[in-house]
Amino acid sequence: MAKEKMTGAKAVLRALEAEGVEVLFGIPGGAILPLYDALYGAERPRHVLVRHEQVGGHAAEGYAHATGKVGVCMGTSGPGATNLVTAIADAYMDSVPMVAITANVSSSLIGTDAFQEADITGITMPITKHNWLVTDVRELPRILKEAFYVARTGRPGPVLVDIPKDVLNAELDFEWPETVEIPGYHPPVREEPRLKDAAQLMRASSRPVVYLGGGVRTADAHKEVFAFAEFLGAPVVTTLHGKGAFPETSPLCLGMFGMHGSRYANYTVQASDLIIALGARFDDRVTGKLSTFAPEAKVIHLDVDPAEISKLVTATVPLVGDLKRLLPQLHEEARRAFADHGRPDLGPWWKRVNEWREKHPLRYRQDPKQPLLPQYVIDTLWKKTGGKAIVTTGVGEHQMFAAQWWKTAEPRTFVTSGGLGTMGFCLPSAIGIQLGRPDALVIGIDGDGSFQMTLQDLATASELKLPIKIFVLNNLFLGMVRQWQELFYEEKYAETPLADLPDLVKLADAYGCLGLRARTPEELDQVIDRALANQDGPTIVDVRIRREEKVYPMVPAGAPLNDMIDGE
Amino acid sequence: MERTETPQPSGSTHTISLLVENKPGVLHRIAGLFSRRGYNIASLTVGPTERAEYSRMTIVVRLSSSPVDQVVRQVQKLVPVVEVRELSPQDLIERELLLAKIRTPERNHAELRALAETYEAVIVDVSPDALVVEASGTAGKLDALEERLRPFGIQELCRSGRIALERGFKTLAPPSLK
Repeated sequence: MAKEKMTGAKAVLRALEAEGVEVLFGIPGGAILPLYDALYGAERPRHVLVRHEQVGGHAAEGYAHATGKVGVCMGTSGPGATNLVTAIADAYMDSVPMVAITANVSSSLIGTDAFQEADITGITMPITKHNWLVTDVRELPRILKEAFYVARTGRPGPVLVDIPKDVLNAELDFEWPETVEIPGYHPPVREEPRLKDAAQLMRASSRPVVYLGGGVRTADAHKEVFAFAEFLGAPVVTTLHGKGAFPETSPLCLGMFGMHGSRYANYTVQASDLIIALGARFDDRVTGKLSTFAPEAKVIHLDVDPAEISKLVTATVPLVGDLKRLLPQLHEEARRAFADHGRPDLGPWWKRVNEWREKHPLRYRQDPKQPLLPQYVIDTLWKKTGGKAIVTTGVGEHQMFAAQWWKTAEPRTFVTSGGLGTMGFCLPSAIGIQLGRPDALVIGIDGDGSFQMTLQDLATASELKLPIKIFVLNNLFLGMVRQWQELFYEEKYAETPLADLPDLVKLADAYGCLGLRARTPEELDQVIDRALANQDGPTIVDVRIRREEKVYPMVPAGAPLNDMIDGE
Repeated sequence: MERTETPQPSGSTHTISLLVENKPGVLHRIAGLFSRRGYNIASLTVGPTERAEYSRMTIVVRLSSSPVDQVVRQVQKLVPVVEVRELSPQDLIERELLLAKIRTPERNHAELRALAETYEAVIVDVSPDALVVEASGTAGKLDALEERLRPFGIQELCRSGRIALERGFKTLAPPSLK
């Protein structure tokens, strides 16, 4: 590419173009004015005006999660940048590739407590893979190239590039670097993967379980995982972010395990003699009390991030590397071992697993005359759509009900805030997903508390006429916190009851969206049909559910994984 | 670095050597990682290396629960960290620098000089009722010297923290830099 003279602001846009960025989410402000000036009239990339930077960040996450591309968001200095912090932290916890671009005050003002100054590189150091403060405009192309590279490679994650206003205005000879060279980024792998040892463990195991995490998604390895699990014929369990890694409609799949996993999934993990963890990190929400986790299990742990190996659960055989590349090698090694020495008989194991499955299914009983149950709402939505939708959620009880009852079949179709657990994630994420996947049916399953944290961006969704459908499971409570208060805090409902405000149907109307309400199974049926038929813009459905319904089964925090409580 | 008499949390001590890019904010990134993951830094030194674009850090870390491998892997993830390794105690050449200001009457100076000589220390400043002792060596040797100086009245003490290299040909650099 020939060198071309341009401003730093223009160079940012050229870099985004070179990276193939289709859409970016942001809102203008003082320090970032030069960048918006350069953006004026430009057709690409498409800029989506959000009403709050946090929403831009979550929208970029939703976009990235659903498309597999890097999400991009922008903010001005000071509050614009700090408003992005929650979304960046969210992306960091969930390994979502994201580039956040912030403007800062001019170089001469940095460090003087200037108007709208914040040390955003300092603030985001612990929640980014890496970040950069650009001090010399000539470094902009290289830094932006590195930023996208770091965000999407290895274990993906968010990065931030902070550009002072004067750097945006300064001129440079733009040249897009061909390659990236960061001496400290790709640490040399010193050891050969111990595939033979892993295959040996697989051959010796009579009670194996395959445990899938979000790493299957980030590696785009669901095909390889499917082939591997089918070959082994072992039960498959997933984390919240493992949803979509394996079709939950398959008889092999026991769905989600952990704090709100099914009894049969948790019992299976606890009784296993071999856990094959693929792209997962043994989070406290899946292991329960760590010292009692799967006491008889050996562990094969395959992950791209060496720091996840033996962080919480010691790996008998660690396999560090890219899942998509490494898993077929393990598959082949195991195939050879099984061919030479015979494969283990998993019949007795499946007999036990299936007994648990029959004895302790997830269930609910919807009385047509009684208030709607959240489980029924999600189950009905799933049946009426044939499960052919991309679902996103907020955080709370509705999220766990969605995880239990929405049977995810395809990769990248269950988008949620797992690690950070950010209420308010649903609507922004739905915006990003719909922009990235314009032809997909995008369904948000939200709670009334969660929805109110970012609802101002109904304006964004409405302005863009995005046909997203947000079902607010409304129990007039901060339901998950209320559940803990009922179970563990002597039913003292401190500040969890929510007033019946706002009127969501009127609110939807005020924002130019279709607002609907359902109180009974019959109404729900009609309302879902109307929502699915509305292609003119967003639909907000106020679904009044049984107020005290709780998520079961449940492993109380700090209890062993098989020590579950039920409502019955 | 201030040395306190308060008992240190029990655990194992490890010397970790890092080669890092010589860029603004790198110390912040590393110190931040140690603090947020609860790794207890006993000493940290940083300085230039044989190449201007890299600095070397020597961190002595005291660990109660995390294995040292976990610390090394977390540090390795930081983008400006080119290489990091725990230096094995057997192969370690370690040095530390000590400066101590002793406030003591002139009649004690001769005794102090003799003591300094024993520890290969030198007196680098003398005034009528104070002198400054400089010593270098292993942490253990400096601990012993410090103990012997204490009765004379240590007015100020400054220790540099450990720097360390491995014996022999092994170096801490990625293949491209070797």
